[in-house]
Amino acid sequence: MKERLQELETEALGKVEKSGTIDELKQVRVEYLGKKGPITEVLRGMGKLSKEERPVIGQLANDVREKISDAIDEKQTKLEDEALEEQLKEESIDVTLPGRPVQVGGPHLLTSIIEEIEDLFLGMGFEIKEGPEVETDYYNFEALNLPKGHPARDMQDTFYITEELLMRTHTSPVQARTMGQKNGTEPVKMICPGKVYRRDTDDATHSHQFTQIEGLLVDENVRMSDLKGVLQTFAQKMFGAEREIRLRPSFFPFTEPSVEMDISCKMCGGEGCSVCKGTGWIEILGAGMVHPNVLEMAGYDSEKYSGFAFGMGPERIAMLKHGIDDIRHFYTNDVRFLSQYHKA
Amino acid sequence: MLISLNWLKELVDISGLTTNELAEIITKTGIEVDGVYEPEDLPKNVVVGNVLSCEQHPNADKLSLCQVDVGEETLQIVCGAPNIRAGQKVAVAVPGAVLPGGFKIKKTKLRGEESSGMVCSLQELGVKEEDVPEAFVDGIFVFPEETEVGADAVQLLNLDDSIIELDVTPNRADALSMAGVAYETAAALDRSYELETPSYEEVKEKATDHVSVKIEDAEANPYYGAFVIKDVEVKESPLWLKNRLMAAGTRPINNVVDITNYVLLEYGQPLHAFDLDRFGSDKVVTRFAEEGEEIRTLDDKVRTLSSNHLVITNGEKAHAIAGVMGGADSEVQEDTTTILLEAAYFSPRVVREGAKDHELRSEASVRFEKGLDVNRVAQAGERACELFENYAGATILKGVAEEDHLDREEKEVRMETEQLNNRLGTDMSTDEVKDILRRLQFGYEEKKDVFDVQVPTRRFDITIFEDMLEEVARIYGYDRLPYTLPNSSQQAGGLTQAQHLKREVKTYLEGAGLSETITYSLTDKTAAEQMISPELKGEANGAIRLAMPMSEDHSHLRLSMLPELLRTHRYNTARQQQNLAYYELGKVFISEDEAHQEQPKEVVRAAGAVSGNWVSHLWQQEKKEVDFYVVKGIVEGLAERMGLTFTYVKGEVNGMHPGRTAIVHCEGETVGFMGQVHPRYQKDWDLKETYVFDLNMDLLLELYEKEETFAKIPKYPSVSRDIALVVEEEVSAGDIEATIREAGAPLIKQVKVFDVYQGEHMESGKKSLAFNLLYLDPERTLKDKEVEEAHKSILEAVASKHGASLRE
Repeated sequence: MKERLQELETEALGKVEKSGTIDELKQVRVEYLGKKGPITEVLRGMGKLSKEERPVIGQLANDVREKISDAIDEKQTKLEDEALEEQLKEESIDVTLPGRPVQVGGPHLLTSIIEEIEDLFLGMGFEIKEGPEVETDYYNFEALNLPKGHPARDMQDTFYITEELLMRTHTSPVQARTMGQKNGTEPVKMICPGKVYRRDTDDATHSHQFTQIEGLLVDENVRMSDLKGVLQTFAQKMFGAEREIRLRPSFFPFTEPSVEMDISCKMCGGEGCSVCKGTGWIEILGAGMVHPNVLEMAGYDSEKYSGFAFGMGPERIAMLKHGIDDIRHFYTNDVRFLSQYHKA
Repeated sequence: MLISLNWLKELVDISGLTTNELAEIITKTGIEVDGVYEPEDLPKNVVVGNVLSCEQHPNADKLSLCQVDVGEETLQIVCGAPNIRAGQKVAVAVPGAVLPGGFKIKKTKLRGEESSGMVCSLQELGVKEEDVPEAFVDGIFVFPEETEVGADAVQLLNLDDSIIELDVTPNRADALSMAGVAYETAAALDRSYELETPSYEEVKEKATDHVSVKIEDAEANPYYGAFVIKDVEVKESPLWLKNRLMAAGTRPINNVVDITNYVLLEYGQPLHAFDLDRFGSDKVVTRFAEEGEEIRTLDDKVRTLSSNHLVITNGEKAHAIAGVMGGADSEVQEDTTTILLEAAYFSPRVVREGAKDHELRSEASVRFEKGLDVNRVAQAGERACELFENYAGATILKGVAEEDHLDREEKEVRMETEQLNNRLGTDMSTDEVKDILRRLQFGYEEKKDVFDVQVPTRRFDITIFEDMLEEVARIYGYDRLPYTLPNSSQQAGGLTQAQHLKREVKTYLEGAGLSETITYSLTDKTAAEQMISPELKGEANGAIRLAMPMSEDHSHLRLSMLPELLRTHRYNTARQQQNLAYYELGKVFISEDEAHQEQPKEVVRAAGAVSGNWVSHLWQQEKKEVDFYVVKGIVEGLAERMGLTFTYVKGEVNGMHPGRTAIVHCEGETVGFMGQVHPRYQKDWDLKETYVFDLNMDLLLELYEKEETFAKIPKYPSVSRDIALVVEEEVSAGDIEATIREAGAPLIKQVKVFDVYQGEHMESGKKSLAFNLLYLDPERTLKDKEVEEAHKSILEAVASKHGASLRE
């Protein structure tokens, strides 16, 4: 019997060795280790053996069975690894081919600039106010110290609809409206972005429709130095910490004193270059202390309350920041223009 | 206003400063400098020559052969100018000279004759043609007889002058004169200046012996002064005067006109000279014109007047439109000998009306419109008399015929040192304030830090404390103000819910593949009234028209944003841009009254337009053209983002494909529409198949609710069932879905169309719609029986309502 078992072992290991596939290997397992297999048969015939021989042969039979089983397992792992290897090889792809495109849109450059400015002032505790684009003569002019026949009305060519209705020429009427809602008692701290309209012929530097952002702070004891501080904070966040600002006298009917704010030129660092026309400074916005007539018309006591206001053009800022040479780009909406400013 | 520095430096000490430094100081303290023009490209080696002889060139009809004495030598020069004569003093570019543009002068031969140099015109020396006196435009310039031979012509002609161009704001009309600029510069530099008082000899004969003045409307014309000047010799002005006019951009004409223009520049006061012999009477009467009254003005045009126009008359006939333009009949001419010189103050409003109605805005009318120094009106007349005496050989009659209603009082403004500091955030002492007032040359009385400032009449813009605040602040220096932050009541700031949501909507649409655009609110009438969303009722009253549009293309306020968005599509399509996906968040303007007299309702909308390929992934054979359902998916996603449920009903909108348009509803309200642009419109506009949506953001923002109570995550499994229904082809999937949801409630949680089929194996006129249904009870596991029951009632409902049968 011993010889028979050794014979079976050699035979089975030989077949394991020869098995080329997992199926063949399965066959070998069933053939030798199955319930009807030859080893089981040998064990069944153990009854004929003597007491002494029985454990010896039993042990041997188990050893043989284990050896065959281990050999099959080992071979199986090997075959599986080979199969996986083969599969991976087959599944290999060209990773340089383009991916399935996902449509990506983006904001208009002016919106990006406006939201950036909004966020700066929101951070300083300002609110955002909006108002009608078709305004009354009263809110667009009269409430802002520009009575009918005032020469400064010529500064803003206006699209009138009727004698009393017009396309707003600035966003300042939103300020007049907001102040008017406060009964002359509460402070105001707001910015108002929006579209405005002027009776201009469209060319590289003029557009009959453009955007503005204006700001207003009214409270007790507001000082001109506060205006300077707020504008500097804005300018440095918007244009870079190394920017300097300067204020110089100007004129707006709704502020007194009125100033214009320049920032030091980024291109030349103030030395003078073509961007700043040799002055070292670039004009960014107009500002001033709210005119007492404007405060009084909105119901504030101008002895007690004071305030400052400022206004700027997102188009101009965008053109300066990105070196855009023609204001019409913003309204032509050429995809090749728009998509340049889609990155976050 | 152009400021000649050669002129300015005779008024104020500006030594030690470069032109740019001076410009910088003027900008920082008061008036914006628009440009600085340094003499560049100046002619070199151009001297005064005396034309000794001038003969016809032997070989050329149009050339002269001249012998010109240039001091050190006499040169033979061939000259082509028609006005050259022997005895003239002329500008000669000697051999070796360089003219503007790098043009070098060399000895040469012209038609066989030697020519050593060139006799120059002003244009050749770099003067702008419009500033060149008429007499010299077509030829060489001729110096006055007494000019020294050999002198530097460049210097004599003031070509080495630097010019500063000021952009004078409407409040600083005082700076529209050399005197005003001199006061300003003196204050800025802390140097001195005072306008000199004119002086001349008066004869005994009085102006009032010759003319009387009568003003009919003292408000329109508070002051009128008439000087009478005799023995006037009309001729060329002296060179210095011409030079100053040319530097300021004014063309010299003759001494009479030049003197009035010169005083206008110097004093800021417009003057007018009438030929008294042609005036037709000894009375000056100023009055409003009769309706329809006519006047022939200096430009030889007959103008019809209205009762808004103030005129200067001789008692009967109008001889000038006040402050705007004189009449041709009393114009000063070569033979004029007696002048009536007007120095007047007309109300800004009256001059503005006249200038506007006759489209005659001039240096004079602008100054009247912006206001004049009441104390300088008559003085300017005197200054002109002084110049007439010196440069026109005139005799000045004593005094002035006038009528005077002007208030010449200086205004008083009170301010306190503390008040100034509180407003500016500064820490100025009363002495510093005093020093600023000294520089400004403002008088004042001060007691215990309280100032009563007497504002000179030349600064008529200053009337209230804030005006003085500005004066003090700008001379103190804005750059010296500290930087502070407002210690005003703290406010949190932050976006409102609507503002936040608008940003969310933008972000969503951009994530969905659309790019933001900004288009014009003003468009043409047709575009303005197309594709109006059904809930707006905008058709009823039409688009609002501007009173005076710049062009018909931008004449009406849009009622829909889509036509302008489609214009964008058209623009890009024409530039080979194939796949377009845009949106815009903007306003449309709905007039609620027929006459368009009231402020319109402004409605915020989100509109989009898409065309071309939505997906184009060719190497994996995937390509999807934009269709109705691509855009609908975007709209559905937006609804989901806002937590709203939209329903879609087939409908019609002007400009849209009638079979492919859905009206969008939300909670029982119409909130917009979507669909395909009408093929006819597409063809007219060269558009590819284009799909659009247009939603009323104002309504959606109203319907939006931020707060959501937490809904538990279901713990129990759902049961999925598929059904395929055969229905008539007109039956819409949306209707069946609604029926399924109604009949399957409350267990049915989701209904999804997964197949639509029509064709082979189907009866014609019928279609198959397959739905996947999901049943769920959040409280327990569903039993088969319950699902069966719900499923059965669904099948019954669709059968009875839509005639649907289960597909075999």
